[in-house]
Amino acid sequence: METSILLIVFLPLLAAIVGGLGNRALGNTVVKSLTTGALFVSCALSWPIFLGFVAGTAEAQVVPVLQWVQSGALSFDWALRVDTLTAVMLVVITSVSALVHLYSWGYMEEDPDQPRFFAYLSLFTFAMLMLVTADNLVQMFFGWEGVGLASYLLIGFWFRKPSANKAAIKAFVVNRVGDLGFMLGIFGTFLVFQTTSIPEILEAAPGMSGSSIGFLGMRLQTMDVLCILLFIGAMGKSAQLGLHTWLPDAMEGPTPVSALIHAATMVTAGVFMVCRLSPMFETAPVALALVTFIGAATCFFAATIGTTQWDIKRVIAYSTCSQLGYMFFAAGVGAYGAAMFHLFTHAFFKALLFLGAGSVIHAMHHEQDMRYYGALRKHIPLTFWAMMAGTLAITGVGIYWLHAGFAGFHSKDAILEVAFARGTEMGTFAFWMGAVAALLTSFYSWRLMFLTFWGKPRWAGSEHIRHAVHHGHDDPEDANPPAQEDAGDDAVHHVPSTEQSDGTAGYHPHESPVSMLVPLGVLTVGAVFAGWVFSHAFLDDPAFWGGSIFYNEALIHEMHAVPLWVKLTASFVMLLGLFGAWLAYIRDTSIPGKFVEQFRYVHNFVYRKWYFDELYDLVFVKPAFWFGRQFWKRGDKGLIDRFGPDGAAWVVARGAVVARKVQSGYLYSYALIMLLGLVAAITWVLM
Amino acid sequence: MGGFPILSLMLAIPLLAGIACLFVEAKAARTIALAATLVDLALGIVLWLNFDIGGAQWQYTERYELFAGFSYALGIDGIALLLIVLSTFLMPICILASWESITRRVGEYMAAFLLMEVLMIGVFAAQDLFLFYIFFEAGLIPMYLIIGIWGGQDRIYASYKFFLYTLLGSVLMLIAMLWMVNEAGTTDIPALMQYDFPPAAQTWLWLAFFASFAVKMPMWPVHTWLPDAHVQAPTAGSVILAGVLLKMGGYGFIRFSLPMFPEASAQFVWLVWGLSMAAVVITSLIALVQQDVKKLIAYSSVAHMAIVTVGLFAFNVQGLEGAMIVMLSHGLVSGALFLCVGVIYDRLHTREIDRYGGLAINMPKYAVFFLLFTMASIGLPGTSGFVGEFLSLAGIYQANSWVTLVCTTGIILGAGYMLYLYWRIAFGVQKNADAAAMPDLNPREWAMLAPIAAAVLWMGVYPESFLAPMRQDIAALDARLARAAPDGDADLAAGTPRAEAANAVAGAHDAADGEAEGAH
Repeated sequence: METSILLIVFLPLLAAIVGGLGNRALGNTVVKSLTTGALFVSCALSWPIFLGFVAGTAEAQVVPVLQWVQSGALSFDWALRVDTLTAVMLVVITSVSALVHLYSWGYMEEDPDQPRFFAYLSLFTFAMLMLVTADNLVQMFFGWEGVGLASYLLIGFWFRKPSANKAAIKAFVVNRVGDLGFMLGIFGTFLVFQTTSIPEILEAAPGMSGSSIGFLGMRLQTMDVLCILLFIGAMGKSAQLGLHTWLPDAMEGPTPVSALIHAATMVTAGVFMVCRLSPMFETAPVALALVTFIGAATCFFAATIGTTQWDIKRVIAYSTCSQLGYMFFAAGVGAYGAAMFHLFTHAFFKALLFLGAGSVIHAMHHEQDMRYYGALRKHIPLTFWAMMAGTLAITGVGIYWLHAGFAGFHSKDAILEVAFARGTEMGTFAFWMGAVAALLTSFYSWRLMFLTFWGKPRWAGSEHIRHAVHHGHDDPEDANPPAQEDAGDDAVHHVPSTEQSDGTAGYHPHESPVSMLVPLGVLTVGAVFAGWVFSHAFLDDPAFWGGSIFYNEALIHEMHAVPLWVKLTASFVMLLGLFGAWLAYIRDTSIPGKFVEQFRYVHNFVYRKWYFDELYDLVFVKPAFWFGRQFWKRGDKGLIDRFGPDGAAWVVARGAVVARKVQSGYLYSYALIMLLGLVAAITWVLM
Repeated sequence: MGGFPILSLMLAIPLLAGIACLFVEAKAARTIALAATLVDLALGIVLWLNFDIGGAQWQYTERYELFAGFSYALGIDGIALLLIVLSTFLMPICILASWESITRRVGEYMAAFLLMEVLMIGVFAAQDLFLFYIFFEAGLIPMYLIIGIWGGQDRIYASYKFFLYTLLGSVLMLIAMLWMVNEAGTTDIPALMQYDFPPAAQTWLWLAFFASFAVKMPMWPVHTWLPDAHVQAPTAGSVILAGVLLKMGGYGFIRFSLPMFPEASAQFVWLVWGLSMAAVVITSLIALVQQDVKKLIAYSSVAHMAIVTVGLFAFNVQGLEGAMIVMLSHGLVSGALFLCVGVIYDRLHTREIDRYGGLAINMPKYAVFFLLFTMASIGLPGTSGFVGEFLSLAGIYQANSWVTLVCTTGIILGAGYMLYLYWRIAFGVQKNADAAAMPDLNPREWAMLAPIAAAVLWMGVYPESFLAPMRQDIAALDARLARAAPDGDADLAAGTPRAEAANAVAGAHDAADGEAEGAH
């Protein structure tokens, strides 16, 4: 296992360095093969480790790599920790990453900058692996920031577009707000425990329960302070309410990136962190209540927005945000196994949905607005079936009495049940929020499916499609980045067209190449079976976890004992959501318009994403620039310089001749003062 | 270490080479300067390799009594060693950076730089108070000339401002030094570091030294000379200014203020913390709105130096070591950033950010280096910036959580202004035809940036190489400060452990448990 973990982690790094620096010198095919090959090797090495833990034959292990920092009592090293929790993340990361690499062969075919793209993907994978194998908080932070860097680079991959740059910077800076909390959390942890080693902290944490600490002039419960600070970090990375604003904008990146980073792996890092530190969080009831609250609020909030967006990727982005909320409140109520299980299944079906969406976008010539889709079922059947599997999985389709269903059925239902079983007010709150969110999830997921694959073609209104029809698909202009994906509704002006009465504008969508379909197929298998196969291990088997997370056996018993109506709630609301979507987008397509008309303000509020972006712009961004200008013009120039050096100059020389005199005069007088001083000094000493 | 006067040799070589430069042609002057700085770099490496970690505190000592009290005494500890190595490392790079861009009075220019090197090494190696003072203050003269003669449009105003500020501080420092020598009866720095000045006198002495070091750092609000000096200085001047001259203030704190006046240092922590907090927030915000790329980096330097001062005045090992690593890291990173500016300035002759854009397209190699240094400036883990910033802030957290919170906002603001800068320069579209036509790095420029990049990553991944030499010296300083160190605000107090685990299942459901078991 020692060699294989080293290979798993460092092969992607090696590939990224060679591919990134080699870039054009090596050529597209070499770099793509190198990075994709490295990831498949990593993936192939990861599964045996994971299965070893499932079978109970593997044991937790720490592989030291290199000393990092030793400063007084504060010391931390580079090391790779492998236990059950890590193993779960290893297979998720390497599998999705390998598939996304493969998918990108097809998706990025026309891009002139492919080596750079693949190098970034591999670099991301390395950083993510460092994060999940961390044995101390600082290495986790290294991975944390590393994935942030890769995310920044990939969101801004098409760096010519201002919107991509804005989104990339926003993602980095908003994450840094979370990182502020994470860093303070690490400092506090070191202050309290005199170590940053995770196992040592977890061991010592119960002993600190009940102690109090001074923080920002207040006296607070030590463990609550530490856990809340660390959780702020998790909120940033996992786009939870308040720090979520970067995730939808991150859809500016190429779609494979969205699937890998903004659905399956990076955004789940926060959940991973809470689970990794679960014994510590268990000593902090207030922090856990906050985790539950934020998770529950996010899953509801993001789901509402998801129901109103037109951009196919944004719908899935808000869906991701919402699903992460489920994971957090599962962790908050103490069901870390359930949280990790949903993380695991979600990785498959959400990556599938994103890659499926990418395939649709590919077929629709970069059009992302669902208003210009429709009737694609027959044109891209394989993509359709893959998306169908993803939708069935995310909405949690399954039959309770047979205990069989798609991935989301096993994990999401378990989370709702356990929240109810928890029995606290916060748990019950989370249950109801989760149930409403499940209804909305079903609604927006089916809305997406119906708008995209059913109904009549509405392609003619799309500028992208008309561009493709008029210029021919293989127009050299296509290869140029400006023609690349457009996220956001302001970027393109859609002009309705009446040229073709069938709404197709004469366009023929084409199914994606094999390199894109194979990943879809593999992920479909995951979306269908991952829940059913691993449900027992993740939820009911403390031996599987082997102490790598806090396992609350009593709670799991409670979970299985919740009343039948609770167990059926998820399925019920799922059907309700499906019915609503069918009613509004198949049966009578005038309903959404009427609804918007009727509830204009509510709709606007939700459609404008609860005005978070506007609010932050007003409260943080604009004032930062305003204060910057004031401090500069009024402070530095108007005050300090005016009464400092400029004032002195005025006193000394009073006029335009200052300049000349300064140049020749000051140097000598300066040297003179120094000399005189020295003479005085020596005389004094001699006396 | 034998009796070989390696430090004197390191002073003599650039001095002689500098004199030689005055009398030769431009081409020969460049070659001589490069050769001399490379030899000094080699000697610097020898110094580092032969430094006996865990050995005597002061090594490579040389001492020649000149006249009563005053002596030519050199010697270094780990702290000085690292700063000397940094200086010798940056010098050849500066010469390379000036290779083509300086065409006027080349001999004198090279002489000024070589003299600069002598004085910088001298500052860090001096063991006699007055010798230190000479090096410390004389170091400004070549810098003043470099800005004033080879600088940009407003060089006169900039050099005047630079001078005025530094002059004020140094007069006060000199008076304090005289008083100290009189009181302690010695000019020997190691002896003075052990001398306990009466607390009442410490206050005044500390303030006098502070006046000088705060300007050199520079700390807010005596920083306004720095942006102007940077903007007007030629590229290599900026590199040395940011890379080494700014470190003299920090070195002063660590060598004089803290060990010699521990009580006064503790007394004034809130002054230092307050100014540092103001600097982090204010200068970061100012950096955000700059249109001039050099000014932006200059303001970011002030913010970074504030992290140094809070680290130093955290009164613990992490803070002190962190502050040292920030100094070294900032020396490399901001130096490299100024070099990056120089590269494009040489091509387009403007520092205005908006004149660039899309350089990643026509200068991909440049974009990679610039990105690395941007990330290091932001403090991305794996680069040198992170290690220093992290240790420094971890240190100050043990002293005060408010100060930490305010200073840590620097990581958010820093990311903001640096990424915004990177976008406007390297990303975006090529909106200016002349910027779009600029060629990528030539081998000379590559040779300047690559060694710094390697050092930045080295310090980020394996900082032990840099921490080890100074560990013992920092520990000694920490021990000396222990008696004065202010109490932290954390004040951890044990309490009764909360008996139940947070997520013990609530009682209401316990009753149902039995039925549940049955139902299963």
